[in-house]
Amino acid sequence: MLEIRDLHASVNTNEILNGINLSVNAGEVHAIMGPNGSGKSTLAQVLAGRNSYEVTSGQVLFDGKNLFEMEPEERAREGLFLAFQYPVEIPGVSNTYFLKSALNAIRKHKGLDELDAVDFLKLVKQKMKLVEMDESLLNRPVNEGFSGGEKKRNEIFHMAVLDPRLSILDETDSGLDIDALRVVADGINKLKRKENATIVVTHYQRLLNYIVPDVVHVLVDGQIVKSGGKDLALELEAKGYDWLKSSSPVSA
Amino acid sequence: MSTEENTIEQLASKEYKWGFVTDIESDTAPKGLTEEIIRLISTKKDEPDWLLEWRLKAYHQWLTMEEPTWPNVRYEKINFQEISYYSAPKQKFQPKSLDEVDPELLKTYEKLGISLREQEWLAGVAVDAVFDSVSVATTFKEKLKELGIIFCSFSEAVHKHPDLVRKHLGSVVPYADNFYAALNSAVFSDGSFCYIPKGVRCPMELSTYFRINAAETGQFERTLIVAEENSYVSYLEGCTAPMRDRNQLHAAVVELIAAGDNAQIKYSTVQNWYPGDKEGKGGIYNFVTKRGRCIGNSAKISRTQVETGSAITWKYPSVLLQGDNSVGEFYSVAVVNNHQQADTGTKMIHIGKNTRSTIVSKGISAGVGQNSYRGLVEIKKGARGSRNFSQCDSLLLGDKCGAHTFPYIEVKNTTSTVEHEASTSKIGEDQIFYCKQRGLSAEDAVNMIVNGFCKEVFRTLPMEFAVEAQKLLGVSLEGSVG
Repeated sequence: MLEIRDLHASVNTNEILNGINLSVNAGEVHAIMGPNGSGKSTLAQVLAGRNSYEVTSGQVLFDGKNLFEMEPEERAREGLFLAFQYPVEIPGVSNTYFLKSALNAIRKHKGLDELDAVDFLKLVKQKMKLVEMDESLLNRPVNEGFSGGEKKRNEIFHMAVLDPRLSILDETDSGLDIDALRVVADGINKLKRKENATIVVTHYQRLLNYIVPDVVHVLVDGQIVKSGGKDLALELEAKGYDWLKSSSPVSA
Repeated sequence: MSTEENTIEQLASKEYKWGFVTDIESDTAPKGLTEEIIRLISTKKDEPDWLLEWRLKAYHQWLTMEEPTWPNVRYEKINFQEISYYSAPKQKFQPKSLDEVDPELLKTYEKLGISLREQEWLAGVAVDAVFDSVSVATTFKEKLKELGIIFCSFSEAVHKHPDLVRKHLGSVVPYADNFYAALNSAVFSDGSFCYIPKGVRCPMELSTYFRINAAETGQFERTLIVAEENSYVSYLEGCTAPMRDRNQLHAAVVELIAAGDNAQIKYSTVQNWYPGDKEGKGGIYNFVTKRGRCIGNSAKISRTQVETGSAITWKYPSVLLQGDNSVGEFYSVAVVNNHQQADTGTKMIHIGKNTRSTIVSKGISAGVGQNSYRGLVEIKKGARGSRNFSQCDSLLLGDKCGAHTFPYIEVKNTTSTVEHEASTSKIGEDQIFYCKQRGLSAEDAVNMIVNGFCKEVFRTLPMEFAVEAQKLLGVSLEGSVG
């Protein structure tokens, strides 16, 4: 589904991604771990189309299509979803209205009829249960005045409603207490299907107790230095990242 | 990949889809302003002597006045002798059906959700539609007449209700008030007159009817609204459809009078005149004096304005709170794009005891537009226990535009409370990116963010007008605004 080939990206001439290769198939959950500043969030943002990063070389195919030829909104409509590390506030725009517009933009792209208010509300009620979200958050402006936990939960709620093919969760666990973490992870697990794939970007192993990855990748200095099964995450938890840093295959 | 900033610029720099219409006209007075011209206007309109005298007094006053230069706007000096102050009737190009109307214009109407019939009227289609509208108007008029409400053109009021006009004309905005008010008083063309008698609640929003009524009132418009004791009226002025006009200078005067106790006037206006081309050439100068006066106790004047058009907007709708416990409200959205400039705000003058006022101003700047909020809250010595709350928020799109706030506060007693809040924010790249990541186009994203920003003001508009105003911002974002 997602094919990343030798991806290089930089910001203000600082190279942050330094030749990433990664392929994700439908039905898989991949975890990307790594120390601060290793390029994890950059990778997530580059895939979503954030323009503050410049892609200097490499290729990314999403369902066989060249991702870099698509605007961010086209990527979203094609089914790429990014759960933001820092969800953005949009004052005065209700969460429901925002989400309905987004869903209908995606449906329109797919050639489906737009949902009317009644059908949309039905869908929303059903998805809200998945993330145990309080109904009051629906009519409040998008993320405005939400607590950190509520914002993260709201991201997963957006994901549930928009039903993407590929979800990239950027540090979704940061700022969550244990209970919220469990709820969010439960939601993500319930949304898992064999047609969909998930990339979980995280510092810590603890999220992976709840979301069990098929593959774990370790990112150091903009390169994947090691990939393995779910046990790799536990190993990292015990040993830290330093042993990998020293063994990292430094590029020319 | 285009950057989000580019997107904003692209949005902001799209052209206003509909500019001026060339038309043929006849019966135009020679350029320039003299006593003879004023006599000519008055004669053409068959006015009583007292009104001619009033116009002449205003003219002589105007001659002694200087054009004000204090606003934060720039434009070339206006040559007042190059303007023609009277022209009628106009022979316009009249399309026979909508098929002959510019499809771009129709598209705009459609986006604004304007009904087919009204589209025909706005586009000046010469057929039945117009008669239709007139008959609709007549039906309204019958209904209003039963209640004793007078609602007609200013000229008609001068002939049919001279005592009322004479009593109230200039009682809120005297002809000597300011340069443009004096000019308007000398040469005003026409406008609207509205009178709500004691105890009557006007059962309809005076809106659709107004559009019909106020057609072609020209550049020097005069409006007078009087509400007697315990009466209520909601009055909508203007139109969300782009207004085209050959006249560059617009200097209207609007007087609102909440004459009796508990009288209430709700006045909403949407202004979408031609803003000029990308370089700012040819746009309309909108220099308007609008003022309301709460004379009765517990009277209330509430204004909402949405300003998206004009090259220069310069107006400070104000309220004099004379009656004890009277209330003034001002809600405003002002949008500037490209080279548009706006210096607008309000004045709340507290005179009576326990008077209250609320100001909510939302300024949006895009392109190289400059948006200034200028507001005065004055609490006089006798206005004990009065309160004011002001909130001025500015939203910037891109990094070449500007927002300025000039609040003036004068409080002359110790029992009153004045609060002022101000904020400036920029539409963030991260906000747009967030919307795009959810599948929304940049245009929809900007539209949504801006509408969210204006929500508090739109809430105060009558329902159907609010929907139009939201759409207008949408169209403006696409066409003339960012």
